[in-house]
Amino acid sequence: MNAPNASGWRPEMGEAGAILPATVSGDHGLNLEEKLIFELAAPGTYGVDFDDADVAPAPALGKFLRKAAPALPGLTEPEVVRHYTRLSRQNYAIDLGPFPLGSCTMKHNPRLNEKVARMAGFADVHPLQPTQTVQGALKVITQLADWLMALTGMPAVAMTPKAGAHGELCGLLCIRAALTARGEERPVVLVPESAHGTNPATAAFAGFRVENIPATEDGRVDVAALTARLGPDIAGVMITNPNTCGLFERDLKTISDAVHAAGGYVYCDGANFNAIVGKVRPGDLGVDAMHINLHKTFSTPHGGGGPGSGPVVLSAALAPFAPLPFATLDADGVAHLVEEGDAHDHGHPNSFGRMTAFHGQMGMFTRALTYILSHGADGLRQVSEDAVLNANYILRELEDVLDAPFAAYGPCMHEALFSDNGMAEGFSTLDIAKGLIDEGFHPMTVYFPLVVHGAMLVEPTETESKAGTDRLIASLRSLAERGRAGDVTLKSAPHYTPRRRVDETLAARKPKLVWKD
Amino acid sequence: MTRYFTKDHEWISVDGDVATVGITDFAQNALGDITFVEVPEAGKALGKGDTASVVDSVKAASDVYAPVSGEVTEGNAALEEAPELVNTSPESEGWLWRMSVADAGELADLMDEAAYAAYIAEL
Amino acid sequence: MRYLPLTPADRATMLARIGVDNIDALFCDVPAEALQAGPIAGLPAHASEMAVERHMGRLAGENLSAGAAPFFLGAGAYKHHIPASVDHLIQRGEFLTAYTPYQPEIAQGTLQVLFEFQTQVARLLGTDIANASLYDGSTACWEAIAMAHRVTKRKKSILTGGLHPHYVATAQTMARFTDDVLVAQAPVLSGDAEDGAIIAAIDGETSAVVVQYPDILGRIPDLAAIAAAAQAHGALLIAVVTEPVALGLLEAPGALGADIVVGEGQSLGVGLQFGGPYLGLFGCREKFLRQIPGRLCGETLDAEGRRSFVLTLSTREQHIRREKATSNICTNSGLCALAFSIHMSLLGGAGLERLARINHGKAQALAAAVATVPGVSVLNDAYFNEFTVILPKDAREVVDALAERDILGGVPLGRLYAETPALANGLLLTATECTSDEDIAALVAALKEVL
Repeated sequence: MNAPNASGWRPEMGEAGAILPATVSGDHGLNLEEKLIFELAAPGTYGVDFDDADVAPAPALGKFLRKAAPALPGLTEPEVVRHYTRLSRQNYAIDLGPFPLGSCTMKHNPRLNEKVARMAGFADVHPLQPTQTVQGALKVITQLADWLMALTGMPAVAMTPKAGAHGELCGLLCIRAALTARGEERPVVLVPESAHGTNPATAAFAGFRVENIPATEDGRVDVAALTARLGPDIAGVMITNPNTCGLFERDLKTISDAVHAAGGYVYCDGANFNAIVGKVRPGDLGVDAMHINLHKTFSTPHGGGGPGSGPVVLSAALAPFAPLPFATLDADGVAHLVEEGDAHDHGHPNSFGRMTAFHGQMGMFTRALTYILSHGADGLRQVSEDAVLNANYILRELEDVLDAPFAAYGPCMHEALFSDNGMAEGFSTLDIAKGLIDEGFHPMTVYFPLVVHGAMLVEPTETESKAGTDRLIASLRSLAERGRAGDVTLKSAPHYTPRRRVDETLAARKPKLVWKD
Repeated sequence: MTRYFTKDHEWISVDGDVATVGITDFAQNALGDITFVEVPEAGKALGKGDTASVVDSVKAASDVYAPVSGEVTEGNAALEEAPELVNTSPESEGWLWRMSVADAGELADLMDEAAYAAYIAEL
Repeated sequence: MRYLPLTPADRATMLARIGVDNIDALFCDVPAEALQAGPIAGLPAHASEMAVERHMGRLAGENLSAGAAPFFLGAGAYKHHIPASVDHLIQRGEFLTAYTPYQPEIAQGTLQVLFEFQTQVARLLGTDIANASLYDGSTACWEAIAMAHRVTKRKKSILTGGLHPHYVATAQTMARFTDDVLVAQAPVLSGDAEDGAIIAAIDGETSAVVVQYPDILGRIPDLAAIAAAAQAHGALLIAVVTEPVALGLLEAPGALGADIVVGEGQSLGVGLQFGGPYLGLFGCREKFLRQIPGRLCGETLDAEGRRSFVLTLSTREQHIRREKATSNICTNSGLCALAFSIHMSLLGGAGLERLARINHGKAQALAAAVATVPGVSVLNDAYFNEFTVILPKDAREVVDALAERDILGGVPLGRLYAETPALANGLLLTATECTSDEDIAALVAALKEVL
């Protein structure tokens, strides 16, 4: 029974629990369904006006002319705006709430970065313009490079890699080139078993054979096992620090010294640099190469899966082999772009070559530099401190209801790792993750790293307020308790999303990758 | 027809000089829904322990090793359209490949049905 | 600091809850000698939004932007008009600040976009299927070569003379570390697209022949003839498209027999951005499905039987296959794919065809105009929106002289082929719908002055 409100108005509504009516449209209020563009578009329609009359193609194209226009749907501008806006509402995003994906560093994306990247002097500049017409663009690259070198304590940086994995490749190619220059063939790269999958994939792509190094009880690389394996066939190691368990590899310097003594090189996966930026310089720990994900530590937007950017800082031993092209500033403050034709004149004859067309992810450089200048050295230090503080707060608040395998060994860094031990029979990490969706959060990283059963890796980042983190903690606590109690409603989560759990088996058994009439 | 088992959960049935190989019911259970099976082509030479086939589930890809040395005579073409046979009938219709047995002595290193049952009971 | 919500009081409360006295207690695993005592020395402190904007604005002001001058550059990056709605939509936070769609229930927006994008790309390139994008055209080209190697089990790929030299260099870098053998030919300054030489180079050892369409000099190779020759030798044809607008007018490479088609999608929706981020397009025959690098989005059903989309076939990828993956790539170029897809939805096939005709017409007007300059000759027999002219002297000097007059007068071949003096007098000129008659007149007048 509905009680009248203060003005005496009483909505006439059916009994609570009545079956929800179907709608003719298929939409349900603000829960909007959206067809595919191929189902919406009429042939021949488009939403662009052209200034120029159609110009008949030259007969010279006759042989190559299309028989018919491409079979692509077109929509007018109002229809396009509506289509994509409706689709966008089916996404979770940082702008809606916390995104505690471990090792992804989903921090707030400042809008000043976007504004700057869209300045015509950056957004509307061609990569092959004469360098005297792009001095400012080249200085963005050199200024960002200077910051990255200072923050890492490294003497060189390769700016062109297009993403973290591309950066890994760059670092390993430098190692490969350095070994070749020494006249050595070292076929093996050592990778800890807790490593991200890209590490072994990259090593294999660069022509190395991968051997795994075990972890110790406390979630770190087994230094004894690693040093015992060193020898003339080891090109180097790939270590993530802080590692994928969210822990600092406290013996990294010892490892580096041992690897160097054995003639190898140390690659550091910088995926988790956000935990130490402004506090620790990897160069002080003997690292030879480390990629930096600008889309993690330096806040460039993830965009639903790219584009990223992965510059690689390099030690003096690897710097001579860095890829082309690169930007430099001469004594008079004039910026140059060193390309294939002038590498020799700039004292860089040993470059392993080019990794991509043009000069890297410029649009990400402008955003990252804007972010770095906003924070400054003091702000960046605060970033890592707050990121680590938030993660440890979560660890401490939840360790009584979620198994935290490494909590006994000391604090974590920027992310807290839990396992699904202690859940009721048949309940696992997946159920907690899907339950978190119903709670209005994006799930944490699940089933990674592989060294922990049913891993849950929670990375709040520094851009969560305490109140926001407390809300996330309350939801996780509730879910942990439901999982321990075997609450069956968790098994069918999520319930409140545009789609329920999807059939991934069907998708893989009968792949449908394109729409067909 | 004698059936042997490996510690990697392959089974091999030997009938004269031709053997049929697949993965065990225990293995398919552990893998979950199989979405794709890459079977070896006829004529491929296999050494004992070589990767001969790959079985994919949604979240994992598992290598299947040759239990003995020999030459592939046939891959199970039915799995291309129906990989789920490995789930529904792992030790019969869901076989992966047939091969010759180069050295029958290699079979001696494998387990029989009872030994395999005891082995998985320990896991 | 404006991006950091924690207050000093919050920090104190949280440290107390954790049970430590100060923040450095949480960094106890860092060796003391490696822990910075204060902010890293020699670096400036934080700055206000206004101050940062001013600094960056000054740097932006040191560049001559393409829209502020008569502009004729192409060579793998093209200036096209981007409708305002494209940039508005990609800045919606739900797209901009979302992650890779690993949780399909709350990422259907991104996933449906990727499915639509894959379909648009496959139809544009004329391939059965397409992936959800790669970093850019040059890296997509290498991925295609590596995939062809996996498919054919052969090591030798032929990189034809018309392939963008940066694409060649990118592939050569990778091939130095794999067992791939790349046979690269330098382009010859001739008006035809060297089809005969390409076909003659294909043999029984060839894994793939890589042909750019239109090529780096703007010429249009006969893909159908090359595809037939490749097929006769059991080799694959990889077609590379750096200007997708061309496919509004030119027959799709897949329809002409290309087995794999890769390209640079920057032309549609993405913008020049001094070279990146761009958008790698990748399409191929369905039978190569399991060998494709990168992300794939597929259609499926949810628990209630409703059409849904999900990342699929991920057992090809690094996070599962580790060292046995088809590629080490783990991202795509999602936001650029979104921009491309929106722009393509605004154009449709009919609009794309019309845009292509306008581009072609502008290039014809440009070619006719520069041909009137004494000492300048147009090389190409056929072209889409860019072509090569031969100047009486090194084109690099000419372009520099034009830049002094605030004219961005094309890409000198000497910039792309520093080691090949025979190409030094070649200049690559591009016209698009953004090129005006006044721009063309200004270039012609300036060329007459500087030559």
